[in-house]
Amino acid sequence: MRGAISVRIVLLHVAVVAVLFLLQFVLPTYHHGVMARVMVLAVFAMGYNLLFGYTGLLSLGHAMFFCAGLYGAGLTVYHLDWAVAPAFLAGLASGLALSVGVGVLVLRTTGPAFLIVTLMFGQIFYLLTLYFAEYTRGDDGIVLSQAMRRLQFGDTVIDLTNPANRYMAAWILFSVVLFITLALVRAPFGRVLIAIRENEERTRMLGYDTFVSKLAAMVASGVICAAAGAAYALLFGYAGASFAEVHFSILPLLWVLVGGAATVLGPILGTLLMFYLVDYSNDILNAYFQGWNLSYLGVVGVALVLLILFFPKGLLGSVRERWVKWLP
Amino acid sequence: MAAVTPLLVTRGLSRQFGGLKAVDAVDFELQQGEIRAIIGPNGAGKTTFVSLVCGRVLPSSGRVEFDGADISRLPPHRRTRLGIAYTFQITSVFLNLSAYDNVALAAQRRHGASGSAGLDADVRAALARVGLSDRSEELARNLSYGHQRLLEIAMGLALKPRLLILDEPTQGLSDGEIANFVALVREIAAEATVLLIEHNMHVVMELAQKITVMNFGRILAEGTPADIRANTAVQDAYLGTGSDG
Repeated sequence: MRGAISVRIVLLHVAVVAVLFLLQFVLPTYHHGVMARVMVLAVFAMGYNLLFGYTGLLSLGHAMFFCAGLYGAGLTVYHLDWAVAPAFLAGLASGLALSVGVGVLVLRTTGPAFLIVTLMFGQIFYLLTLYFAEYTRGDDGIVLSQAMRRLQFGDTVIDLTNPANRYMAAWILFSVVLFITLALVRAPFGRVLIAIRENEERTRMLGYDTFVSKLAAMVASGVICAAAGAAYALLFGYAGASFAEVHFSILPLLWVLVGGAATVLGPILGTLLMFYLVDYSNDILNAYFQGWNLSYLGVVGVALVLLILFFPKGLLGSVRERWVKWLP
Repeated sequence: MAAVTPLLVTRGLSRQFGGLKAVDAVDFELQQGEIRAIIGPNGAGKTTFVSLVCGRVLPSSGRVEFDGADISRLPPHRRTRLGIAYTFQITSVFLNLSAYDNVALAAQRRHGASGSAGLDADVRAALARVGLSDRSEELARNLSYGHQRLLEIAMGLALKPRLLILDEPTQGLSDGEIANFVALVREIAAEATVLLIEHNMHVVMELAQKITVMNFGRILAEGTPADIRANTAVQDAYLGTGSDG
């Protein structure tokens, strides 16, 4: 493992991005829609991975950063008639402000306390979305109409409700965040984050202010998650309080664990697999086990047990450990 | 010598853990360019004393001055930036990172965000100095214990410290490795001041220009290796009691 980014690493990531680009021309309508959604959610997972996988900080409140973007973009469009581009930036700014504020407070704790405190902040955020139901419409959420979701460049108007445009927008966001993540974790900064995960006291004794590094990781993570939330609101036209619930903080953890924590491509793989696993579990249970009263959660649980048995470091984490040592 | 400010000074430096005075009102001076050994029986307060110097432990009272400035309340990372490097008694390299990355972590802070060519040269130089050049890509956990100790020293060197604190560096090394280590410390001493906690008397007598003997958190004696050998109080407390570490 070297700081510099080698040619084969760049080629691998370009290839993944290229495959995702080409998929839009061959996928049937349903899966085309799923992929657009999965790419946006994978951005959420990549943001989460930066803090959890690389820096070793397990947060259970990341739904609040996703929702900072979701509401930052959604509310400005809905109530203030902002255009799509400034609304997206408002989403990023909300994520930035929230992650700085929350980060300064929660990073005073470590280990289990960090987990509990992030969970609490996430719950506070969730309750606030309900408290301000006048603006957020609480659990019902706000729906952005087609007219609100037009991206305008000069005379060109891009309708984000059109599936092809939506796919492209999701793909661009995903690709940009993928390469930002890759650059971050291969840079000296990424090496410091990994060092903090491995042994924080030793890192401090090498002259690093680990609080500042952890805060930087928190903010980068928060802004990336907010980008996913803002894109979600603008592309899929809905922002509701259910996205702020605790299960939406656990999902990115699950996606990252499945794909491989501290791998750059793990989040997209994990998000994709979990999405289809849930999807097909429902189909199969409905088709063959009607009346058995089974939940898809059981199938997901079995799959996770198998994963832990055979791929304890997640799919790509175990692949890296056993075969492809250079995988970033 | 008298006119020169010592590199490191402690005045009345104390640290209590509950009722135990681990370090008790220690006045200590270390001149620039010196190799100093601190010896003493187990539990004498040696590691606590150097931990107070590098900032891992904060003092109950007293002060630490580095290069004339009071650093008693500075957090450890700020002291490292001033040039105090500490290598751990218990090997504390990053086991899941390569030897190269371990040293790069120590070196890169001086290079800022980008300068990767200079960084690479520095990392390779530090690895070469301890003789680990051909193992740079190996994960630290796969290195032998002796090599991990050397890696720890390479990390200390990569910090380009003014004061290098080595806490029992030869513990667990073979005789051959110890001989190489002694030569290495002599080389390092040309650029940095070395403060060494060591149980191996052979290493101490060979390297140290001056020896400080600690017992029960206090300085029992201080002097040249010959003085210390002849000191009866030291013999009673430490050398003569059969505890040869």
